Amino acid sequence: MLHEPAVKQEKDNASDWKSKLGIKLFWLYCVIYMGFVGIAVFATELMKTPVLAGANLAIVYGLALIVFAIVLGLIYNHLCTKKEDEMNKKEEAA
Amino acid sequence: MNYTANPIAIAIFLAFVGFVLGMSFYFARKAKSAAGYFAAGGTVNWFVNGIAFAGDYLSAASFLGICGMIATMGYDGFLYSIGYLAGWIVALFVVAEPMKRLGKYTFADALDSKFNSKGIQLMAAISTLAVSVFYLIPQMVGAGSLITPLLGLPQWIGVVMVGAIVITIVATAGMTSTTYVQFLKGGLLIIFSTVISIAVLNKGLSTEPRPETFSPQIVAVADVTSLAEVTDEKSGLTFVKADKDGLANWWIVRGDMLEEAQSITEPAEGETLYNGAVKTENKFKSVGLVTKLPGGQTNTGKLGIFEYFSTIQKSEIVRYPKSSIVKFEDGRDHVKVFCPQITAGEDLMIPGQKFKTKTPIGKLNFISLMLALFFGTASLPHILIRYYTVPSQRDARKSTIVAIGAIGFFYILTLFLGLGAMTLGVIDLGDGNMSAPLLAKAFNPVLFAIISAIAFATVLGTVSGLIVAASGAVAHDLMDNYIGIKMTDQQKVKAGKIAAVVVGIIAIGLGIAFQGMNVSFLVGWAFAVAASANLPSIIMLLFWGKTTAKGIAWSIGIGMVSALAIILTSPSMYGQYGLDPATALHKLDNPGILSIPLSFIVLVVVSLMTQKENEGLEDIR
Repeated sequence: MLHEPAVKQEKDNASDWKSKLGIKLFWLYCVIYMGFVGIAVFATELMKTPVLAGANLAIVYGLALIVFAIVLGLIYNHLCTKKEDEMNKKEEAA
Repeated sequence: MNYTANPIAIAIFLAFVGFVLGMSFYFARKAKSAAGYFAAGGTVNWFVNGIAFAGDYLSAASFLGICGMIATMGYDGFLYSIGYLAGWIVALFVVAEPMKRLGKYTFADALDSKFNSKGIQLMAAISTLAVSVFYLIPQMVGAGSLITPLLGLPQWIGVVMVGAIVITIVATAGMTSTTYVQFLKGGLLIIFSTVISIAVLNKGLSTEPRPETFSPQIVAVADVTSLAEVTDEKSGLTFVKADKDGLANWWIVRGDMLEEAQSITEPAEGETLYNGAVKTENKFKSVGLVTKLPGGQTNTGKLGIFEYFSTIQKSEIVRYPKSSIVKFEDGRDHVKVFCPQITAGEDLMIPGQKFKTKTPIGKLNFISLMLALFFGTASLPHILIRYYTVPSQRDARKSTIVAIGAIGFFYILTLFLGLGAMTLGVIDLGDGNMSAPLLAKAFNPVLFAIISAIAFATVLGTVSGLIVAASGAVAHDLMDNYIGIKMTDQQKVKAGKIAAVVVGIIAIGLGIAFQGMNVSFLVGWAFAVAASANLPSIIMLLFWGKTTAKGIAWSIGIGMVSALAIILTSPSMYGQYGLDPATALHKLDNPGILSIPLSFIVLVVVSLMTQKENEGLEDIR
């Protein structure tokens, strides 16, 4: 019995769509993250530039990466839930 | 530092730990089946699971390690916050749903769902064990650090206590109780960290040291009797042992004047001396002070969020980094003198104090660390098993988002906790890991007791989760799947519990051995091993149809071995062995940049060589 999933899954038609969306959002975040690492490594002094209310680029970029991850997560969840309802309902109707 | 136990602190602490244990026994009655033990029966509410995710993830590394590193090294500690959170993006967008779709109880099961291969079962179980043990070390080190100031007991007792309590929790209850313990603790940690952060902003910055903080006296050379004089070639500083007020302590020569220093003297015989006195005399003080504020102010009063950062950027702060400790021999005594280093705020608030981004090897170490943190989260076994505790994919996703929100918020707070500790003079020179709890103590002893109890529960919870993951690897993957021992459900739970006890005992030993190292730095290694061993297989299995069983098994093996080999021969480990770090085999402290790509390459090459084995297998992507 342990070779079965812990919880039975129903067929999910939105699966492919969600995977593709996930990968796109992942790359978007990845590029912004690499931008941060790039500046930190190759243009460290640039991080001292004040950008928001006197706080420097290092602080603002760092905080932005954290906030952006949360926002992106919320967007992803919203889109996935919508698509799941839409696609799985169609199946039932047909 | 010398710590004395506070009765209120002990009472709060014991009440909390007692409550956690009681809860654990309560849920134990619900966990009779294997599904209940390893995956909480797949019935946990998504919000509870999300906060429990946060509880799992905000381990000693985050609360003690990151805050400690920010307190001693400035912005570089915050890099861990950024990287740890970014890792969740990989977990959510790339790994979460497919894992849940394939998932069973352990990471090995998910990988094996396509192939049913002995090689994968073995390698995945070993890597789960290796990562769990690596992740356990910093948790145990953190536990030891906590116990000392809270209960006034030595470090090793803390480690043994955590080990014993966790073994009891895990051996009795399994995943359901760890989930609720994590939920409770995750929630409380975030609430109380917010309280401390607000207190830090309200207090603002000041150049006046608190009475408990070390503030050096300056005297004329002529005013004291010199007992000994030593010049350190590396730093170019001269030190004088001088008798003042009946204490023989070390002073730094500054022209005609002497600046008082803090020192630890280990005599050939007898007790260790702190600033010339035994520990219980409390002569050794905490450090960290703003020496200059912008515009010649002495006290800023209450500050806003961005104002707080911009004021620190324009200030100067005195720190005592490990790199400016001078060690020498005075007769038969070993002496360590902690030398102050005044750092401009603008340098502290950008990367570069810990990770020297100016040298090529520093750049490599930095990129390597950020890579391992980014890809490590999704590969941690105790994070992955939490996907299985909720009823559906949709719930797993919602849990993950709750977790990202809670964790992200906490990571923003680490800046205030760390910088607060740095500027309010609460850093313990012997152990930077204690900065955040000691910051709480500077505000209120009861707050300190609560925070310490939560931090201790943090360690308990994380360690329990890890031990469940490790025992699952042994009982389910190794004994059942790989060796093929036929066990009933109850026997399987029993085997898991025995494995939990053994792993717990190993963790206790390692926790004592690694005392004093920054826990976040240690966790960085666990992430590197996890990312190198597990991530390439997860990603390629999900996205590359040509992946074969042998490719996965080899990739896990090579990724794990190469990451471990680089770590074990690194400068930091040489320091831990008691050897000179400069003589290490290489200069790389973070293995990710070599071991992660290597693991990917091995997977691709071996898979291409063994394509025949994939014939007739269903594509599970």
